[in-house]
Amino acid sequence: MLTNSNKFASDKTAKAFLLLSVSYLFLGLLLGVIGGLQYILPPFLKEQLAFQKTRPLHVYLVISWIFTAAQAGLYYYLPRIANRPLYWRQGAWIHFYLHTAVSVFIVSCFFLGYFGGREYLEFPPLLGAVIMLSWVPFAINFFFTLKPDYKNAPVYIWSWSTGILFFFITLSESYLWLLDYFHTNIIRDVTVQWKALGSMVGSWNMLVYGTGMYVMEKMSGDNKANRSPLAFFFYFLGLTNLMFNWGHHTYIVPAAPWVKTVAYVISMTELLILGFIIMQWRKTMTQARKNYHNISYRLLSYADIWIFLNLTLAIAISVPSWNYYTHGTHITVAHAMGTTIGINTMLLFASVFYIIQKENNPVFEKSKPQISWGILITNISLLLFWGSLLGSGLLKISAKLNNEVFASIMQKSQPWFKLFAYSGIAIFLGLFLLIYTAYKTLAANSKKNHLIEEELVTIQSANKVAEERT
Amino acid sequence: MSEQPKNTFAPSNQVLMIKIAVFLTLFTSYAVYSTVIYSKGTESEIQLTGPQAEKVAQGKYLYEQYNCVACHQLYGLGGYLGPELTTAYSDPQRGEIFMKAFLQAGGPRMPNFHFKADEIDAIISYLKYVDSTAVTYKSTP
Repeated sequence: MLTNSNKFASDKTAKAFLLLSVSYLFLGLLLGVIGGLQYILPPFLKEQLAFQKTRPLHVYLVISWIFTAAQAGLYYYLPRIANRPLYWRQGAWIHFYLHTAVSVFIVSCFFLGYFGGREYLEFPPLLGAVIMLSWVPFAINFFFTLKPDYKNAPVYIWSWSTGILFFFITLSESYLWLLDYFHTNIIRDVTVQWKALGSMVGSWNMLVYGTGMYVMEKMSGDNKANRSPLAFFFYFLGLTNLMFNWGHHTYIVPAAPWVKTVAYVISMTELLILGFIIMQWRKTMTQARKNYHNISYRLLSYADIWIFLNLTLAIAISVPSWNYYTHGTHITVAHAMGTTIGINTMLLFASVFYIIQKENNPVFEKSKPQISWGILITNISLLLFWGSLLGSGLLKISAKLNNEVFASIMQKSQPWFKLFAYSGIAIFLGLFLLIYTAYKTLAANSKKNHLIEEELVTIQSANKVAEERT
Repeated sequence: MSEQPKNTFAPSNQVLMIKIAVFLTLFTSYAVYSTVIYSKGTESEIQLTGPQAEKVAQGKYLYEQYNCVACHQLYGLGGYLGPELTTAYSDPQRGEIFMKAFLQAGGPRMPNFHFKADEIDAIISYLKYVDSTAVTYKSTP
C-alpha cells in the first residue's frame, strides 16, 4: 500500500534485508579474523573449528553480504523508480525467509562438517537449488515492478537486469560438475569452476555497480550521464568482461591455447569501466551536494581509489608470463580483497547510508563522526592488509624460484602474516563502526515506523467510531 | 517508469535496436564460446577406465567431502594455508610417502582426519591422476 509519495509499504522488507546484509558482514568478518589468526597461531581452534570450516564460513557470509545488500537496495529503489508499489510484497518476504533459512542450513552444514567441496560453493549441492529458488521472487519483483522500458532505461537498469539474468545462468553452470562428462575430466571440471564462478562475480558486480550508479545519479541530480552513449559503451564492455574475463585465472590449466589469448585481451579492459564512470560522476557533483551526501560521497571516492589500485594489479597479474608466478600466491587474494572490500563494500555502504539518510536523518546526522572514523580505519587498514598480501605473495614467488619447501616459505612469511592478521582485525573494527551505526539507525527507524503504524490504527479506529456515531 | 530524463537523450527505436543487437551478439558468442570450451577447449588425453577410474573417483569424492579445497589448491582453485597439490605427487620434495604421512597423522596446521588406509590410497590415486594432467606446471612459461 502506498502511504505517501515518499514511503512504500515494502520499505519494511528492504530494511529487513539491510539488517540481514549487515549481519552477514559482521559474522563473515568475525570468521575472517579467526581464519587470519590461524595463519599466525596454527593450533588456534585447529580441532574445533579448523580452517577447513572457517574459510567456507567466511567466504559464504561475505558473499552473502554483497548479494543481500544489493538486493536490499533494489527492494528500496524499485518502487521509487517505477513510482508504484512493489509488485509482490509477499514474494519479497518469501525471498527473505527462504534466504535466511538456507543460510542457517549452510552455516550449520559447515559447522557440522558437511561439505560439497567446491571452491566458493563449499556447501552440499542441494542447497544451491534452494538459493536459486529464493531468487525467483526477487526476479519477479524486479521485472514486474519496474516493467523496464529498455528504450529509455538508464544504464543501471540494464546492469541490474543483466546481473539477475546471469546469476541464474552462472549458478546453474557452476553445478555442471554434477554430470559425469565434467566430473571425470579434471581439466573440464576445473574450467567449469573458474568459468562459472568468474562470471558469477561479474553478475554480482553488475548488481553492485548498478546500485552505485543509481546512488550517484540521485546524489548528483544528473540523469544524463547514465543514459549517455558512453555509459552504454562501458556497460557492454563490462558485459563482455562478465562473459569472457574469467579466463585469466586459467593460464595454468592445460586448456586450448586460444582460451588464454581471448582471456588476456579481455582482461586488459577490466575495471577501467567503472573507474571512468565514477570520474565522470565526480565532475558533475556540486559542493553543496557533496556536503549533504558527505558520507556516501566519501565511500564512493574510496571505491574510486581502490578501483585504480586494483586495476593496476589486475593488469599486472593478467600478463601470462607474470601470472605463471603470481597464481597460487596471496597476490590473487589481494586482488579479491581489494575488489570485495575496497570496491564492493564501499559502494554498498554508500547505498546503505544513502537509504538511512533518506529515512532517518536526525539519528544518522548524530552518527556521522562515528561513520567517518569507521571509513577511515577500514581504508587505512585495508591498505596495510592489501600490502601484506602482496608482500607474502612476492616472498612466495622468490622462495619458489629458489626451490624452497612449503614449510620454510610459511616460516619466512610470518611477518607478513602477522601484518595480515592484525590489519584484518583493524578492518573488522573499522567496518564494525559502520555496521553498528547501520543497526542503530535502522532499529531506531523501525521503532519510529511502528509507532506511526500504531498511530494510524488509533486514528482509523477513532474515525470508525465517529462514523458509527454519526 | 516515472524517472524519465528531461534531456536531449531521447533514444530512437534505432538506438534500442542497436543495443539489443549488441546484447544478442554478445550473448550468442558467450553461448557458442561456452560450448566450444566445454568440448574441444577442455579435452583431456588421459582417459581412466576400470578399477583405476573408480579409485580416482573415490579419492575425488573424499577430497570434496573433507573440503580439502579450503586449504589446498588444484590448478589454482582453493585456499593457501596448505601447499598447492597439483604436482605434489611428482614433486621430488614431497611425493607419495610424504603425502601419506600427512594424511595419516595431520600436520602443524592440518587436523588429523583419521582416514582409513583405503581412503588414503584413493586420495593419493586422485592426486596422481591430477599430477599426470599438469603439463603446464611442468614447463616454464
